[in-house]
Amino acid sequence: MNAFLPSLPTIVALVKIGLLVGGLMTAAAYLVLVERWMAAWVQDRKGPNRVGIPLTKIRLFGLGQPLADGLKIILKEDFTPRHVDKVLYTAAPVVILAASLAIFAAIPFGSSLPAIPALGLTSEEPLLVAPGLDVGVLWVFALSSIAVYGVLLGGWASNNKYGFLGGLRSSAQLLAYEIPLGLGLLGVVLAAGSLKLDTIMDAQASTGVWFAFAQPLGFIVFLVASFAEAARLPFDLPEAEQELVGGYHTEYSGIKLLLFLVAEFLHMVTAAFLIVIMFLGGWHLWGVTGSGPVETWLVAFIRFAVLSAKIFAVILFFMLVRWSWPRFRFDQLMNLAWKVMLPLGIANLVTVATVEEFRPQLVTAVGEGWAKTVAIAIPWAVFFVGWIAAGMLTPSGTDNTPIRTPGPLDAEHVLDDPQRELVEV
Amino acid sequence: MNIVVASAVPLLGLITEPVSVAHYLVVGAILFVSGVVCMAMKRNALGVLMGIELVLNGANVNFVAFASPYLQGEGSRSLGLDGQVIALFVILLAAAEAAVALAITLNFYNNHATVDVDRADDLKG
Amino acid sequence: MSALPMIAGALIAAPLPVAAINWHSLFFLLFASVSCGFAVAVVAADNVVRMAFYLVLSLGATAGLFFLAGAEFLGAMQLMIYVGGTLVLLVFGVMLTAQAPLVAIKGSGRDRVLAGIVGVALLALLLQAAFSVKPWRAPAAGVVAEPAATPIGMSLVGVRVDEPAVGAPAANKRPGYMLPFEIVSIHLLVVLVGAAYLARAKRRKVPRAIEVAASVEPPASVAEHASIGRERHRSGSVLAGGRP
Repeated sequence: MNAFLPSLPTIVALVKIGLLVGGLMTAAAYLVLVERWMAAWVQDRKGPNRVGIPLTKIRLFGLGQPLADGLKIILKEDFTPRHVDKVLYTAAPVVILAASLAIFAAIPFGSSLPAIPALGLTSEEPLLVAPGLDVGVLWVFALSSIAVYGVLLGGWASNNKYGFLGGLRSSAQLLAYEIPLGLGLLGVVLAAGSLKLDTIMDAQASTGVWFAFAQPLGFIVFLVASFAEAARLPFDLPEAEQELVGGYHTEYSGIKLLLFLVAEFLHMVTAAFLIVIMFLGGWHLWGVTGSGPVETWLVAFIRFAVLSAKIFAVILFFMLVRWSWPRFRFDQLMNLAWKVMLPLGIANLVTVATVEEFRPQLVTAVGEGWAKTVAIAIPWAVFFVGWIAAGMLTPSGTDNTPIRTPGPLDAEHVLDDPQRELVEV
Repeated sequence: MNIVVASAVPLLGLITEPVSVAHYLVVGAILFVSGVVCMAMKRNALGVLMGIELVLNGANVNFVAFASPYLQGEGSRSLGLDGQVIALFVILLAAAEAAVALAITLNFYNNHATVDVDRADDLKG
Repeated sequence: MSALPMIAGALIAAPLPVAAINWHSLFFLLFASVSCGFAVAVVAADNVVRMAFYLVLSLGATAGLFFLAGAEFLGAMQLMIYVGGTLVLLVFGVMLTAQAPLVAIKGSGRDRVLAGIVGVALLALLLQAAFSVKPWRAPAAGVVAEPAATPIGMSLVGVRVDEPAVGAPAANKRPGYMLPFEIVSIHLLVVLVGAAYLARAKRRKVPRAIEVAASVEPPASVAEHASIGRERHRSGSVLAGGRP
């Protein structure tokens, strides 16, 4: 091989990156269309259905809409207000989009391809950009927590009080919900015994029990927390239009706004990927995909299709939720994170750890089949008990009276005031 | 070929030769010194905190370098896992330290409406 | 800054075959320069929000260095705990306190000179120490990275699985980290409680200035507070802008 050409693994990785980035960008564009259709369906009206092939009268159910939207937003003036902090204002959308794209380095987008000896690929080629990364799940979480900076810096650099409030809200929200998210994840990692996402899928395929069935509590906690991490309704406080104009991207327009919006959609796609891969079996479907190594192209394709279909279904669920639930108030949001989701997540983790610890004894005591049943029954019992307890003990779901407690932002800095006394709440 | 290019331009050696522990130590030293200077120079309490973070990271870089299997020569023995575990503890303690320092700073700010460390002189005799 | 044109010039002058580039070193150079460059920028910047941003970039690039050194788990933890947790907290604090007069507090000239002298001396010392370390070159090729997370996790519960000598006498084995792990856990709990206690919400007995201003007959002493409060608002934060 020529010394000036990159090696085969490099080419394979570049091809995968190209496919993934291209696919994700197209998907983000078309998901906007799907979201508008969904909104139209929920609100009983017709969604975008006019734009088809340009310069003809063919409508194609409005499938040309993303192209028109994209052109419109790109051609708009890229206006930078005079009062912003220019460096951070420009860096924020770049940071958030780069982080949300880099996440996909560790996320498998299929099972694997069979060996292609003609091209020099002698073993199965996993559909994953960085197959050697031993800590895939941690990578995903690390980068999703970096995406906070885009929001935070964008909000601050805008020098606008709505943007600033959006940024503050978002940082508090994302920090709070990372904990239940991690707890939901830990249960899966514990049960699968690996931090690699493809190994987690294999574990579910080999037993045939998806982790959503084995750990219902963890699934619910993870689902709710991933809604909050993706800042989707009912948790879209960082950009609540009715309260904050547009939240952290109030001052953005044109291509920079587009970067923010694409990154937001990518967060939703990431959340859908994670939910499917970790809790809904990944590419596995009983009786359709098999669970062993990939031998033919047909199997590879079926697995890819199953995974994509599941992800699309979860995304549709995300969109349906958006048009079905009202937004939480901020104190309700925090109550939900710290008083409901955190205890439930810990309960799930303890349950999973206990079941996994005593599984061998269980198998020797009652046999393989019954052990499996018990190992599923116990988490479900904990799920119902925990759910009822959370509903009865936490008032956040029912208490809707306004609460006024001065927080640190209310401080008026009354200096040198001997009469001022502070009492604890 | 390598030798010719590397000797022609000294800096080019940086991208044709494998890195060694010394390279990592230089990075660690620069981070550490930046942190120390930051701590000494800044009057903003949060700036001082950032200096501390830089110092801790400089130390971490050294730990990781000495623990790395890639930088280990024949016959020499790296710190192995110990270096990584200690670096992990440093990260955890830095998180704890930042939380407390931030709480103190915010309290100071609430009571005095400033974060200038030079004005925190209530206990001065 | 002058290094970049030199490298660029060198690349143009001597066309470098791709095969001759050591990619590991190239990426090391990239991450190291970002890390060091932004660390220096933290020192040089006056605006505290910029400082926080530079710090994020610097520590993020350090995580890249960890990945390059084969410490994948540590790199991920650096990104997750440090960059994604600790620094977000720090930025949060910066934003809460970044009012106009506090954004850029400049140190005195004397401080700068002293810090510069100490810094240069320390750097000279450390660089001397760094270059006196026996150069550990990587073995030519074929170092296989071991799975990073499992041995660390095992060592934290007191079992060392990374020692190659299986049959070696127990006295030669390195100890696990069970006790430090427990101590750190308790320490984190204490810190959690302490930080929550320090930063807890406080309610005033004296009504807040705005509430007093809105009431019908404010007592004389409190009305004074109210005027102070309002003045502070006017000169105060971004947040206060919308209030009466």
